[in-house]
Amino acid sequence: MSNPNIRKSPARFTIPKLTYRVWMVWRRNFDVFMKTIKVNFLPSLLEPIIYLTAFGFGLGGFIPNINGKPYINFLAPALVAIAIMNGSFFECTFASYVRMYFQKTFDAIVATPVSVEEVVAGELLWGATRSMINATIVLAVIALFGLVTSPLFLLVIPIAFFGGLLFASIAMCFTAIAPNIDFFNYPSFLFITPMLFLAGTFFPLTSPTLPSAAQVIAMAILPLTHIVNVTRWITTSSVEPIFGLSPGPLMAISLTWLVGATVFFFVLAINLMRKRLTS
Amino acid sequence: MGSTEVVIEAKGLTKKFEDFTAVDNIDFKVYKGECIGFLGPNGAGKTTTVRMIYCFLPPTKGELNVAGLSVQTQCREIKSIVGVAPQEDNLDPDFSVIKNLTVYARYFDIPKDIALKRADAQLKFFQLEEKREVPIMALSTGMKRRLIFARALLNQPQILLLDEPTTGLDPQARHLVWDEVRHLKKQQVTIILTTHYMDEAEVLCDRILIVDKGKIIEEGSPAQLVRKHIGEDVLELDYDEKLLSTLKESFPDARIEKLGDRMQIFTDKPHGVFEGFLKEHPVQNVMIRKANVEDVFLKLTGRGLREE
Repeated sequence: MSNPNIRKSPARFTIPKLTYRVWMVWRRNFDVFMKTIKVNFLPSLLEPIIYLTAFGFGLGGFIPNINGKPYINFLAPALVAIAIMNGSFFECTFASYVRMYFQKTFDAIVATPVSVEEVVAGELLWGATRSMINATIVLAVIALFGLVTSPLFLLVIPIAFFGGLLFASIAMCFTAIAPNIDFFNYPSFLFITPMLFLAGTFFPLTSPTLPSAAQVIAMAILPLTHIVNVTRWITTSSVEPIFGLSPGPLMAISLTWLVGATVFFFVLAINLMRKRLTS
Repeated sequence: MGSTEVVIEAKGLTKKFEDFTAVDNIDFKVYKGECIGFLGPNGAGKTTTVRMIYCFLPPTKGELNVAGLSVQTQCREIKSIVGVAPQEDNLDPDFSVIKNLTVYARYFDIPKDIALKRADAQLKFFQLEEKREVPIMALSTGMKRRLIFARALLNQPQILLLDEPTTGLDPQARHLVWDEVRHLKKQQVTIILTTHYMDEAEVLCDRILIVDKGKIIEEGSPAQLVRKHIGEDVLELDYDEKLLSTLKESFPDARIEKLGDRMQIFTDKPHGVFEGFLKEHPVQNVMIRKANVEDVFLKLTGRGLREE
């Protein structure tokens, strides 16, 4: 007698079914974070100050104005974007992998009414939260330096959460296929580091000495480009005219790209992780 | 014991990992309030079976119902009434002992005050009160095993899965675990236990399933199995060829096994049969003992060593 409901393959691609239990997983990570809050805050606070000093004040002294403003004003919003990227990417690669593989925390949770999908979604939402916390700290730092000039600046907080969710989801896809923890050197050096420098962060993509293909590549495949566009606009009311576009259409393109990529990678990450954890 | 209400039922249950068949088309039933022991060598499929019961692994084929719920479609409901004490240490090293219990209780939607009350009661029973605020890293292996058991009881499960609950425990802690198992049996909790310790299975289990290479090769109560496969007494003495031939003459139906420089004689003759023989043939270094489940186990699964 065979069961008609049998799942032939547990790896079948599906839209995850999630309930409020996602937040129980989020809450577990939040509780750990609060336990070590001092250690967590210090690097996020120091890093932007070092960047501002070295590149903004140091290197910036040799650089002519960009869009009629000092270089440091161009750089500051990118530091918020970098904090969004790093916060969730490292949380959902190294930290999630440690919880999954070494601590077997996921194994313990899935023995309770919480499902595998909810464990992964909780991790992703926590990664997004880390991005939000880090970006908010950087926002406060650049605001103290007088580098925030747009009244829309508080939008950084929700943008950081959803941008963080994208990087968390991409990170979790790598975690789902990682054979060991050293594997994360590949995405760190081949994906994160290039993006750190090539996504309109430290120099405009419209630079006359760059081939115009740089703009196309950055807009097409580097998520950080879109985060930089959005954070630059909501903290300083100005944004580089990539493809010669004015801020309105550029924001529309970047936000659409981000929403689409986030939905895609969120669903993909949960499916890949379920496959890894249940077979 | 004696209940006819089926709590767990497997039909043609199979689990394959790529080319390896860990559980091979098994059928079994577990009745309410029963304590069932899965006995088997390493790699026999015990843990895989337990993992399918709490939906950790989906079956490849076959049916598995827990409390009338299907593991294919009703995992959430199953997991809310099952308590799991896994073999490996998956306590949360980021939290203290008490926080491990309260965070775990939260996954079951247990309100905070009730969770704290239950957690403290468990710590008291398992003699871990003094370790309440200690990080997991500071616990000994035995304390961790006890905490894992305590954690499995937080949701007051109707079904308890204990995967090698006493591995690494000292005799005191082992008896503590046994006491708790007996106490839970009295409360009609259905218990599935995997173990390598035959005395543990003999003491705790109403029924034993012996599994090997993914199949159930024998099942019955400990006493039934011993009577069926071994008999009542076992004679153990130093190996000696002359003595061996005498033994073969005196007990033509007996099974004789050579183990290093000792031999064991198993017979289905009633209790007392060896005493007469020893009077006629006095030898040194001899022992008559009661046959036990370990004899059954070794007879059925062989003496070859198994790798994980």
